[in-house]
Amino acid sequence: MLAAIAFYVLAATAIGSAFAVISVRNPVHSVLFLILTFFTSAGLFVLLGAEFLAMLLVVVYVGAVAVLFLFVVMMLDVDFVELRQGFLNYAPLGFIVAAVLLGELILVGSAASSAGGAPIAPTPGPSSVTNAQAIGRVLYTDYLLLFQLSGLILFVAMIGAIVLTLRHRPGVRRQDVGAQVGRRRTQSVELKDVRPGQGIG
Amino acid sequence: MEIGLAHYLWVAAALFTIGVFGIFVNRKNVIIILMSIELVLLSVNINLVAFSAFLHNIAGQVFAMIVLTVAAAEAAVGLAILVTYFRNRGGIAVEDINLMKG
Repeated sequence: MLAAIAFYVLAATAIGSAFAVISVRNPVHSVLFLILTFFTSAGLFVLLGAEFLAMLLVVVYVGAVAVLFLFVVMMLDVDFVELRQGFLNYAPLGFIVAAVLLGELILVGSAASSAGGAPIAPTPGPSSVTNAQAIGRVLYTDYLLLFQLSGLILFVAMIGAIVLTLRHRPGVRRQDVGAQVGRRRTQSVELKDVRPGQGIG
Repeated sequence: MEIGLAHYLWVAAALFTIGVFGIFVNRKNVIIILMSIELVLLSVNINLVAFSAFLHNIAGQVFAMIVLTVAAAEAAVGLAILVTYFRNRGGIAVEDINLMKG
């Protein structure tokens, strides 16, 4: 009973905040609603018994992706009110596409459930291993290649993001370590034999 | 009041539809489009985890982790492209993006 109440509250919050993401005017509020959606989805994952993935969702999405969005939204000096102008123009087309998509999803779901393909079993009962242990047992053995490939994807994405955003401005004085280290005594110090009472002028 | 697999699939379907709707409605704002893509990927993750929990197979959760990785990489590269585009053109309106005359 409590699980059902929690599910309905979390589901309603997730759907409502997801709709707020695409409909509020201020993009900063939009990002904050996105964070709320991720949090409630993490709650749904906990209800499903996937605690590790729920924590991962909070860490990766809320901690990294949403903060990245927030930084970019705050950095860009864009007139966001102007960007909202076409909302009503595109709304009918969007409604048509969304309705067709939802209808198809319902059709597939009802067909699958009437065929008896998906078992309606409760969530897995308490087992001997925790969720994180169960994932770790297969992630580093059966899915080792996938694990390594996802690391490669992250590496490529990191290099791509750095290459895209790095810029060399002309006229900026930078520290040149090679020049500093390669500097000899003869280049920097000049000895003068100064006669007493005359100076070097 | 038993919460079954269909309930979770309903939530995921609603989130997916909202994400696609957001892509269509916010034609001018790239940031909202990227957030809509994140919503779509999140709904896919909910589907994967729900099936993983109800079919008692942990592979779905591993796959959801991979989707999470790809989503993070996609957000990083997309936002980097956005920042570079803003620096070059001074705006992020999607309708003005026609540099390649595609």
